[in-house]
Amino acid sequence: MNSGADLLRIEDLGISFAIVGGPVHAVKRANLRILPGKVTALVGESGSGKSVISQAVMGILPQSARVRGRILFNDPENSNGPVDILQMPRDGHEIRAVRGSRIGKIFQEPMTSLSPLHTIGDQVGEVLKIHTEMSGAEIKDRTIEMLGLVGFPDPRRAYDMYPFELSGGLRQRAMIAMALICRPALLIADEPTTALDVTIQAQILQLLRDLQSKLNMAMLLITHDLGVVANVADEVVVIYHGEIMEAGPVEAIFRRPGHPYLKGLMAAVPHFDMKPGERLKALREVPVNVENLLGKRKPAKAASDTLLSVTGISKSFTTRKSGWFGKHAQIAVRAVDDVSFDIKRGECLGLVGESGCGKTTVSKILMRAVTPDAGSVIYNGDQGPIDILSAQGEALRTLRTKIQMVFQDPVSSLSPRLTVQNILSEPLEIHDRGDARSRLETVRSLLQAIGLDQRSINRYPHSFSGGQRQRIGIARALALGPDLLICDEPVSALDVSVQAQILNLLKDLQKELGLTYLFISHNLAVVDYMADRIAVMCGGRIVELAPRETLMKRPVHPYTRSLLAAVPFPDLDRPLDFKTLHASGASDTSAWSSQFREDGDEDALSPTDLGGGHVVLARRTADVRELRP
Amino acid sequence: MLRYIIWRIAVMIPTLLLISALIFIIIELPPGDYFESYAAELRAMGEGVDMDRLEALRAEYDFDKPPVVRYFLWLAGMLQGDFGYSFEYQLPVSDVVGDRLWLTVLVSFVTIVFTWVIAFPIGMYSATHQYSWGDYGLTFLGLIGIAIPNFMLALILMYFANIWFGSSIGGLMDRQYLDEPMSWAKAKSILEHIWIPVIIIGTAGTAGMIRRLRANLLDELQKQYVMTPRAKGLHPFKTLVKYPMRMALNFFMSDIGSILPAIISGAEITAIVLSLETTGPMLIKALQSQDMYLAGSFLMFLAFLTVIGVLISDLALALLDPRIRLQGGSTK
Repeated sequence: MNSGADLLRIEDLGISFAIVGGPVHAVKRANLRILPGKVTALVGESGSGKSVISQAVMGILPQSARVRGRILFNDPENSNGPVDILQMPRDGHEIRAVRGSRIGKIFQEPMTSLSPLHTIGDQVGEVLKIHTEMSGAEIKDRTIEMLGLVGFPDPRRAYDMYPFELSGGLRQRAMIAMALICRPALLIADEPTTALDVTIQAQILQLLRDLQSKLNMAMLLITHDLGVVANVADEVVVIYHGEIMEAGPVEAIFRRPGHPYLKGLMAAVPHFDMKPGERLKALREVPVNVENLLGKRKPAKAASDTLLSVTGISKSFTTRKSGWFGKHAQIAVRAVDDVSFDIKRGECLGLVGESGCGKTTVSKILMRAVTPDAGSVIYNGDQGPIDILSAQGEALRTLRTKIQMVFQDPVSSLSPRLTVQNILSEPLEIHDRGDARSRLETVRSLLQAIGLDQRSINRYPHSFSGGQRQRIGIARALALGPDLLICDEPVSALDVSVQAQILNLLKDLQKELGLTYLFISHNLAVVDYMADRIAVMCGGRIVELAPRETLMKRPVHPYTRSLLAAVPFPDLDRPLDFKTLHASGASDTSAWSSQFREDGDEDALSPTDLGGGHVVLARRTADVRELRP
Repeated sequence: MLRYIIWRIAVMIPTLLLISALIFIIIELPPGDYFESYAAELRAMGEGVDMDRLEALRAEYDFDKPPVVRYFLWLAGMLQGDFGYSFEYQLPVSDVVGDRLWLTVLVSFVTIVFTWVIAFPIGMYSATHQYSWGDYGLTFLGLIGIAIPNFMLALILMYFANIWFGSSIGGLMDRQYLDEPMSWAKAKSILEHIWIPVIIIGTAGTAGMIRRLRANLLDELQKQYVMTPRAKGLHPFKTLVKYPMRMALNFFMSDIGSILPAIISGAEITAIVLSLETTGPMLIKALQSQDMYLAGSFLMFLAFLTVIGVLISDLALALLDPRIRLQGGSTK
């Protein structure tokens, strides 16, 4: 390696944090290089030290960090040769001249990385104010030009807007404008698309790639998503527990992964080409043992009869937009609009959609946490049908034991003040099941079922990892022996390797206990792995519902198709087709063909049966044959 | 924005009406009136009471009418600038209060400024140097400030002010200026005296504000948007002032609403100890002797200040925070 050719060289970097009980080594003897004009991806799971490295490059580590090693930055505009960033005084003049000007940075959360009190123009233009001598008018012109370059439809208007008036995708574009306005030699993108919807993610990736080649800069892309890496990166560096495991060109890394960790990581990602019945290989598999579990029953009979039947539910929320003079315009937002579906006994129905499409509201209606404006939900249990929306007394109590929920965030869904035993026996206490002794028995068999050690029974949630907490959440949902589990994004807060473990656990439990799932997720690959049938939601309506294979292989609705097209595969042979992406997002109806649009006529669309359980929302007048692409 | 201001001011009217009714009821609650307590006092001193004269006075000030009528008479009077008659002082209320009112406002205003000037830098320092010796030292001083009762501090300061600077003890000005019209010499005398009550009244508020600013700022410093300007290369101090400080200002602004009346009514004991010519001691005396017009006018004045304070803080918040200005109460 010729050090003169590298834009950035990290040599023997060690970062530790001094905390009570001895230092924590976040990064150990890391070496990596970034070539000019190339995209280098730094891949690792949460806590692997990848973000800490990026902070060290910009010299914005927390004060408590201890650093050793060298970070050599070879700025092409600086003829004096490489400079060591770590030697610069903290927050001194030298390092501040590099930040923002020669090295730009994009953060993960576009919601929180921008100040809510300053306009976009102020925050983007500030970079120029710091690093150049331009006049106010020049700064404004350059800023507006840059906002246009990153794809703001009306940059002049955006200049005076506040971040909270913009969507997540546009906020991230503003961040990109801010990082690139001084034309840096290196851009650090720290999980730039993790917080975004899949179609927005594809747009932002495309934008980053375009700008990167247009401005001929290098990029350090920090991510945990191998799909993003395969589509954007030239070089890959894999980091695990603060140590670099593997580094090299993306071709070599993906075609011939050498390190067992990387191999394991690749096997743990669900992808669309999995054969029916193929299992993900979790890095640490959890054995499922339901021998002693209460409510264990024979595996489901032929999946024919309907367990839950949802007909025509709608729910509107009114937002009160008050003007300055008490003028209240009531704006009703249809969160759920005439949604109908059945869940068959023993199946897993997947519910997919982007944020704000109403999928969580549907789950809340099923749990009777939200009362819909119209429609009915019928639960067909062992003791005959129960109308969920009007159930009272004994029927409601029965219902509460039969439908349980697994939540998204394993941290906030478990009370930090209760031990595992308290958490798992609480449902039993509420429903007056057994005495103290039999409850303890149940808790023990629940722990066994989710593969947690019996000794953890008296520990508190904070002493468990994210995956273990999610398993405790699942065990709590199983405590009363339910028929239907509603899983609302159960793995989206977890790392890839843990995600595979939880998905396999859910699959095994379903098989062993004959459970029925409603599996809600924004991740198509995950839903593809779990579900038997998949419903796609957009703008509060189910636009397409079909058996898994049909939906994945022959999607009909344009929304489904653009969702599928936007998923990045961890496979070099299947790159994202950036050309098919719509600038305004997948739910922009104007890009759909006329059969799928309502065009102002509220009653124009109705579910059309294409045969084989494949239903798509289209115009009543549309011919079935016309719909197929 | 203009429509919002007009709307906010319009809302103040019913608020003040409601408060005036409440004040009137509370003053009416104790049995008897000024004349009865006056008669009782005279009897206790062994003097005879001229009941006819008392009855005549009662009739003259409408005390024989039912309370509802008196309330409206009082209200109507206030609207015309007639705040009634102080029996205790045998003078119209406006004459009694007169000078004291603007002296009170002066002391309060200077105290607020003093509080902010001291609290801002210290709070910023404490937050950015958390758990350093400086932080601990300033926190310790602040806690002492909260813990020492104001009147005690007043006594201590008065003693030292007299020994070191020879300032006359107590008061807001030298005796000879008390009833004189405003003059250059009088203003100088006031300036000479005002710093003692300002320090005393301001100490507790300053200490509390330092703690709150520190806590608010610490919360903000953790947030991601503070990292963004640093990654742009902005100077750390400029970053601090432009971003987290601006966010932390919100609580300062909402504080104005409560700080005005708190300083005016909370300083009575200090004012008595220092014998300040402010309104506090007068209010207490008026309440004790059931001098109802005087007491009522005072309470109305306090209420008015509260409402104004809240108005100012609301407007300042809307100016400062675009989320309040532009999202205007929209809820999910």
